[in-house]
Amino acid sequence: MALDQAKREFRQVGTRPNRPDGVDKVTGRAQYGADMTAPGMLTGAILRSPHAHARIVSIDTSAAEAIAGVRAVVTGVDFTPQEDNFLRDVQENCMARDKALYDGHAVAAVAATSPAIAKAALKAIKVVYEVLPHVTDVDAAVKPGAPIVQAGRALENVPAGMSENVTNACEFGHGDLDAGFAKADLVIERSFKTAATHQGYIEPHACLASFTADGKADLWCCTQGQFFVRTLCSAIIGMEASQLRVTPSEIGGGFGGKTTVFIEPVALALSKKSGRPVKIVMTRDEVFKATGPTVSSSMDVRIGMTKDGRITAGEANLRYSGGAFPCGTCDMGAQAAFAAYDVEAVRTYGWNALTNRPKEAAYRAPGAPQAIYAVESVVDELCQKLGLDPLAVRLKNAAHKGTLSSYGPTFNEIGLEATLEAAKAHPHYTAPLGPNQGRGLSCGFWFNFGGNTCVSLNINTDGTVGVTEGNPDIGGSRASISLMAAEELGIPYENIRTIVADTNSLGYNDVTDGSRVTFSVGLATIKAARDAIAKMKARAARFWGIDEEAVDWVDGAAVPAGPNAGKFPPLTLAEIAATSPQTGGPIAGHYEVNVDGAGVSFGVHLVDVEVDPETGATKVLRYTVFQDAGKAVHPDYVEGQMQGGAVQGIGWALNEEYIYGADGRLQNPGFLDYRIPVASDLPNIETVILEIPNPGHPYGVRGVGETPIVPPLAAIANAVSRAAGVRLTELPMSPPRILKALKG
Amino acid sequence: MRYMTAQSASAAAMALAEEPGKSRVLAGGTDLLVQMKAGNLTVDLVVDIKHIPGIRDIVPEAGGFRIGAAVANAELREHAGVCQQWPGVIEAAGLIGSTQVQGRSTIAGNLCNGSPAADSVPALVAADAVVRVAGPDGTHDVPVLDIPAGPGKTTLNKAQIVTSILLPARPARSGDAYLRFIPRTEMDIAVASAAVNLTLDATGTVTAARVALGAVAPKVVLVEAAAKAIIGTKLEDAALSALAQACEAACNPIDDKRGTIAFRTSTAGVLARRAAKIAYDRAQGSANAGASK
Ligand SMILES: Cc1cc2nc3c(=O)[nH]c(=O)nc-3n(C[C@H](O)[C@H](O)[C@H](O)COP(=O)(O)OP(=O)(O)OC[C@H]3O[C@@H](n4cnc5c(N)ncnc54)[C@H](O)[C@@H]3O)c2cc1C
Repeated sequence: MALDQAKREFRQVGTRPNRPDGVDKVTGRAQYGADMTAPGMLTGAILRSPHAHARIVSIDTSAAEAIAGVRAVVTGVDFTPQEDNFLRDVQENCMARDKALYDGHAVAAVAATSPAIAKAALKAIKVVYEVLPHVTDVDAAVKPGAPIVQAGRALENVPAGMSENVTNACEFGHGDLDAGFAKADLVIERSFKTAATHQGYIEPHACLASFTADGKADLWCCTQGQFFVRTLCSAIIGMEASQLRVTPSEIGGGFGGKTTVFIEPVALALSKKSGRPVKIVMTRDEVFKATGPTVSSSMDVRIGMTKDGRITAGEANLRYSGGAFPCGTCDMGAQAAFAAYDVEAVRTYGWNALTNRPKEAAYRAPGAPQAIYAVESVVDELCQKLGLDPLAVRLKNAAHKGTLSSYGPTFNEIGLEATLEAAKAHPHYTAPLGPNQGRGLSCGFWFNFGGNTCVSLNINTDGTVGVTEGNPDIGGSRASISLMAAEELGIPYENIRTIVADTNSLGYNDVTDGSRVTFSVGLATIKAARDAIAKMKARAARFWGIDEEAVDWVDGAAVPAGPNAGKFPPLTLAEIAATSPQTGGPIAGHYEVNVDGAGVSFGVHLVDVEVDPETGATKVLRYTVFQDAGKAVHPDYVEGQMQGGAVQGIGWALNEEYIYGADGRLQNPGFLDYRIPVASDLPNIETVILEIPNPGHPYGVRGVGETPIVPPLAAIANAVSRAAGVRLTELPMSPPRILKALKG
Repeated sequence: MRYMTAQSASAAAMALAEEPGKSRVLAGGTDLLVQMKAGNLTVDLVVDIKHIPGIRDIVPEAGGFRIGAAVANAELREHAGVCQQWPGVIEAAGLIGSTQVQGRSTIAGNLCNGSPAADSVPALVAADAVVRVAGPDGTHDVPVLDIPAGPGKTTLNKAQIVTSILLPARPARSGDAYLRFIPRTEMDIAVASAAVNLTLDATGTVTAARVALGAVAPKVVLVEAAAKAIIGTKLEDAALSALAQACEAACNPIDDKRGTIAFRTSTAGVLARRAAKIAYDRAQGSANAGASK
């Protein structure tokens, strides 16, 4: 669906009204996953492997079952084996079958009449393990002789002769690398590592499952995608989709981590077995151990540059590990690595290796921050060594409309050059730096996504409007959707209520991911509003006795299209709605689509840091985010995404990491030792929104949710490396690591 | 689990002595309740000491201050007298947790919890504070340095409770300071820490000093060689280097997820050097403040 017209005057889109869910959230009224209750509800709890890798020899649940108040116990054998690899992986990640594949892997679950009884029941389950050698490091996992996490999982395109832990492989690029590197005046090759990080959402996973005796089930859960939860759970439990209704709760953060299931099938199985509603709420420890962090990575990047700053060739080898199951995130990293550049010769290779870690889940722009960190670090070092301005070099090589991208497609309208120009013009770029301070810069990129979307828009008889959409709101999307409906219909924002519906209320909606909601659901809402407008115009036409084509919609009212159409006073939405029972019944607009045309999004981050040369501590002094939003529907929430991405990136760059001991167990499953930034660690994150309209959306909207986490790793690494006078190549750049680098 | 509110120190000590199972004293609970909730500790008896008369008071004594064992850190920080006399102890106590944790937590609890990384402990050791301990066989005073025994351990027996901590009187031209290193700016556990307490003569020469380190050994370390390195000096560069070296030599840290041995060791030296300078400036400031009175 094309951009309406390049220079549209918006009345409501672009304003900053309060979000509709705000009052409930700040008054504690909002219902999150753990807030759901049902009469007769049982507490579900999960027993988890204390071993990184172990064969499950036997599980004896008899003592647990004998405890008064224990109503059901399930283990892997209670779940039907899946034919499909993808479903089997999801299922076995929720409940191990033959092997426990990581510390925290679920091996059994109970439902009991109280949390204390559930806890006692877990203690009473006897699991005999045969402990196997384990591997948690991606480089170690591909060495000959490494313990094999799962055998026979390599896809066909993985070259023969590699470790059996290598499951996925990919290659992207174009041009003649040798010729490209030959043209360079300087070639730099470096290796990088990044630790796995967690999304760090504040709300732990929680759900309530209720199976009825006639085989129907209801599931309330905290998720980014109720429809996908239904798909996965109905397959895993072996029931028809129509018999399972999934209702999403309010969500206390997701960032991609709530796009799959962990406890939901378990709660359903326990409910089915016990005949009672079962609630499971994860502890923080479980969230860290057994949900999906990012991949960990090890990467080699080689880039050639001429003396005047032209990139002649670039090559990247990305070795990712998405934990104990095959993972395609390396594809996205390999595609994103050089996306910001217009390069003649570029090649990226991606690999995934199995390790004894939890199964990776999406985390904003999955795979891109790592790859771009490596590429942008080398670009920065080339600029340093060649004495070139890093921003000028980015501008010189920036991808633009018509560039054959490093991952295949040719770019349409993109905002990278404009974003770089905005950074160049900003006072931050030329502000003076003090001793031990450094400034870092990085570009970032994300594809963005459209996908299956279905929206209903109901015109109420009092002239207000209800919008029913199917995507959990993780960033203020209900406000943006209401704004777009208000804009289109010409009625006040306050007269619209947008809700996120259960799986029975709408056709399939893809998960809230890929930065798709404001773009896709917004598009479908605009179209649904236009559908409703067409129906209202028809009512007016009939009332006036003129052709439908002779009616226009202006400022929330039907009006005759011109002097020839007749002279009638406008009929407002409220008036048409009030008489709708007499003029043909309720009026509603609908739109169903698999949206294409999600415009890619580029961002540029600029950061100043100071490194304490005696302790290696980094202080982030100033941070500015520049990003193309296409059209910022609700600028507060666009800025929120930009700031949030920068903050999560600061954590990832400086302190956050999954730390495994020699025993393969996670050492920091809590917010004390898994260090996300606290408010006092951060400067105010300044934001500059650019609006280069996306040709694929009526208002020009691009997704903005993921791009902001892509540049910070590199921007901060570049700033720290410049401040410290030594190139850092491993994340997180924790103080001990920086101090070690400083001491050489 | 039984929960008891003690009305006197001796009642608390009796109850603790008589409990055959596991018992714990409850002050602010910011360690105890966290440990219990995490499932790391199951206890049979919890004795809340907050209702013992006088245990929440700060009382001037012999030129110093006696701080009740249940005085919350937030209250301690608002006590003008203690703030003026022992700014280093106050800044250490003030680092514990967040605003919410400050409202509950106590320095006595920080000490009795036995963490090698406890923030107030090095400052109390540098201050040479004296701990009043009550037990079934009466009350006695113990130097603070003698309380910690190793990670999670103290020299107190199961029936003993700390009722107060005395910060002693101090000479003119004295100052103290505490610094810790954490990877973030708040809500973290010290990776290394240092407290310095010193006294100057009229010429600005250090005449007495105590230097204590936290988080670099199984328990707090009083580094006498570090004190010697600065006594008789005006904290010239050489003296500060000697101080840092003595501190590094006194370190016996572990390598763990929070920091490496090398990092903890070198950081302890850096912090001691920086804390000494702050303490020195405070001592000079206190002399000037005294002079203007
Ligand atoms: C979010 C958070 C952040 C924190 N940050 C820090 C920090 O930055 N630095 C730091 O050092 N600590 C920190 N802590 C730990 C804790 O707050 C401190 O150790 C605090 O000083 C403990 O005091 P309390 O009164 O709460 O002790 P409690 O929890 O009541 O007691 C701690 C232990 O000492 C025993 N005990 C308490 N009082 C007595 C007594 N009078 N006699 C005998 N035994 C006694 C208890 O039985 C228990 O074993 C933090 C804790 C939390 C939850």
